[in-house]
Amino acid sequence: MPTIVVEVMPKAELLDPQGKATKGALSRLGKSEFTDVRLGKRFELTVEGPITDQVRADVAEIAEHVLSNSVIEDVVAIHYPEGEK
Amino acid sequence: MRIGVVTFPGSLDDKDAQRAVSIVGAEPVALWHADHDLKGVDAIILPGGFSYGDYLRAGAIAAISPIMREVIEAANAGMPVLGICNGFQVLVESHLLPGGLIRNDCQQFVRRDQRIRVENNTTAWTSDFAAGQEITIPLKNADGGYIANAETLKRLEGEGLVAFRYLDVNPNGSLNDIAGITNERGNVVGLMPHPEHAVELGFGPQGAERMRSGLDGLPFFTSVVSQFVNA
Repeated sequence: MPTIVVEVMPKAELLDPQGKATKGALSRLGKSEFTDVRLGKRFELTVEGPITDQVRADVAEIAEHVLSNSVIEDVVAIHYPEGEK
Repeated sequence: MRIGVVTFPGSLDDKDAQRAVSIVGAEPVALWHADHDLKGVDAIILPGGFSYGDYLRAGAIAAISPIMREVIEAANAGMPVLGICNGFQVLVESHLLPGGLIRNDCQQFVRRDQRIRVENNTTAWTSDFAAGQEITIPLKNADGGYIANAETLKRLEGEGLVAFRYLDVNPNGSLNDIAGITNERGNVVGLMPHPEHAVELGFGPQGAERMRSGLDGLPFFTSVVSQFVNA
């Protein structure tokens, strides 16, 4: 069954406390070459049957209105399976 | 007056909110997230806690739970709605209030007796406060950083929609020290600190004279009751 991937990131201009904490941990491990860490979300949506225009429309809608909050996050990518572009 | 308190999976302070309603002489009505029934209440409280484990985003799944359809409808028709902590997060996720709430900038859960200033005493939930009154009520959250874009912030400040502001300490990195806001109509109010934990002697924030004697949360609940009685 095809799986569609939606990627959501906190807005670039906002403080990302989780990324900041992770970056601090890396520094403590001596991995100081990493100057920034940002932490986002990856959603895998599995559908039954072919990816129709209706499915694409639904994915676009829920990515924008459910999986992300446009006040604090951006949908940075939606990946469809090979051959479904 | 009958005041509904919605229980979501993971709500923690629903019973406390019901108790606060009882203390000011109104009737608390338990509402359930999976129902489409407001049971004829006159006002609604969305309580604190971690609805749906705060999965996805704090308050996000609760905002699209069945009962929120009726809550949003009632709020748009003018019914008083108070969102406390997680309830505030539900209100911004359901777009009844603008902006968003993100992880505290200190990256830690914060619990403290928090001094705040009542910036707007003309809402359904603040009319029993004096303008600019400074109060202390408990604060306890992980995702309390209020943010909004520059345009929204300007509108909130310009139109007096900032209802509460943190004093002494900004505990979570909220922009402009915003602790709570109201909609234009004044019926929908959301804040991170917890008025329902400051309504009963012995169980509130530390008081000057006696231990845990702070009662600064009471006017939230008396406000909505007295406006209902006078309506």
